[in-house]
Amino acid sequence: MTERIVGIKTPIKLEYTYTPGLASSRYLNGVARGKLIGQRCPECSKVYVPARGCCPACGVTLGEEVEVAQSGTITTFCVVNLPFYQAIKPPYVCASILLDGADMALFHLIQEVPAEEVRMGMRVEAVWVEPGELGPTMESIRYFRPTGEPDADYDSYKEHL
Amino acid sequence: MSELCAVVGVGQTQHSAKRDDVSIPGLVREAALRALDDAGMTFADIDAVVLGKAPDMFEGVMMPELYLADALGASGKPMLRVHTAGSVGGSTALVAASLIQAGVHGRVLCVAFEKQSESNATWAVTPSMPFQPPVVAGAGGYFTPHIRAYMKRSGAPPDVGIKVALKDRLNAIRNPYAHLHMPDITYEMIEESAMLWEPIRFHETCPSSDGACAMVLTSESIADATSKPPAWVWSTAMRSEPTMFSGRDQVNPQAGRDCAADVYEQAGITNPREEIDVAEVYVPFSWFEPMWMENLGFAPLGEGWKMTVEGATAFDGDLPINPSGGVLSSNPIGASGMLRFAEAALQVRGQAGEHQVPGAKKALGHAYGGGSQFFAMWIVGSDKPEGR
Repeated sequence: MTERIVGIKTPIKLEYTYTPGLASSRYLNGVARGKLIGQRCPECSKVYVPARGCCPACGVTLGEEVEVAQSGTITTFCVVNLPFYQAIKPPYVCASILLDGADMALFHLIQEVPAEEVRMGMRVEAVWVEPGELGPTMESIRYFRPTGEPDADYDSYKEHL
Repeated sequence: MSELCAVVGVGQTQHSAKRDDVSIPGLVREAALRALDDAGMTFADIDAVVLGKAPDMFEGVMMPELYLADALGASGKPMLRVHTAGSVGGSTALVAASLIQAGVHGRVLCVAFEKQSESNATWAVTPSMPFQPPVVAGAGGYFTPHIRAYMKRSGAPPDVGIKVALKDRLNAIRNPYAHLHMPDITYEMIEESAMLWEPIRFHETCPSSDGACAMVLTSESIADATSKPPAWVWSTAMRSEPTMFSGRDQVNPQAGRDCAADVYEQAGITNPREEIDVAEVYVPFSWFEPMWMENLGFAPLGEGWKMTVEGATAFDGDLPINPSGGVLSSNPIGASGMLRFAEAALQVRGQAGEHQVPGAKKALGHAYGGGSQFFAMWIVGSDKPEGR
């Protein structure tokens, strides 16, 4: 009897050329200048960062360009202990961060603080790469770190959980 | 809906970490043949085939419905592919049911699968994108912040997740098809397991499984003529919502609440906790049991965890949740939703074997997927819907 073959490896490589479009281009160009650019919905007035083509709730084209603060509040987070394909070596904290002036949290890395000290409501700020290394990618922000301000009140971010 | 639909055949594979004894076509065929056998039918009796699986990126096989058509006896017949991320097994069953309810076909075979040993789901959901920082780490990295938010909102004791995981793993012992059979599992073993994505421990997460599930759905006259008792479809519902928008409630999503309200209303159910005898609910991480108890209206807001703690969701509780062991005991992703629907059908047919809930007459099958944004549900009963 011939040997039964239970697996052969067939590697597939995928390279993807992303077309950001007008809204994401605004945002990525902002990041390349060290700024965080969002857009306000003309109907619900919510500010979305990153800037995007349309409001996911109202379905209308987003309007006014808004630069938001580089500091914000951790709404919730997770301590990642699972080593995998991610670019960052575990353990690390990834958190939903509600930037001051934005109405939707973005997800980023928290550093310069032990994982067990990270908490909901903690105030954090962006730490950027050196000016010469800025580019149109979220990796221009290395991570967020605590500002040392008092924690935000739960009521101020509970609608964003 | 003009036509009644019934489940007359259910089949599933042995789920395990690595089914290297079969190819993907062999895996889906194993489930399909068991469902046909249960229905007393062959492929020749089937009018159309509906196939579901999670993203093609998982196995890297694009459009698997094309190459699985022959293994599923679909040559010369309508063949459809359904895709709604992790909820796909549920919505595949609902697309098949709609073909019966609309009077298009009399006998539809629906099949869902995942072969995780030939795939890498964590890699596939850990993408590198130019507009997002590269911090996401698998499904757990996405869902655990919402679990933390639920814990804060509800004030639940910190060990509710451990109790859910223990209950589902003990239930799985009664299910011969389950991937995880851990007869020696204890509370302490779960508590002491590694924190993968704090606050979720290793034993509070679903396994990575190979497996498939299939069902034969028919119209009323065909179901009336079968020898085994059918499960009658009382109601079906699907809802979706965007992955993110400002103010989105990811702990208790609107789409899930709306889907549940719809599926109850169609079935004439006003008190789901009282009127439903057993539910198979998509719980891939332990804490999603209490979260979904609230989303499904089985418990008041903030009190879903009490059902777990008080034993209401246990095998002998007043509303057993996941007597099969659930997603926490077998997770062939694309098939996991259909397994919930199929297990609900088995319960009301009285065919669930050792994990049969005595006297179950009405059951809920539930699936969710994406970033808690796709929902699919059905209610099946041992009797025909009232008035029919």
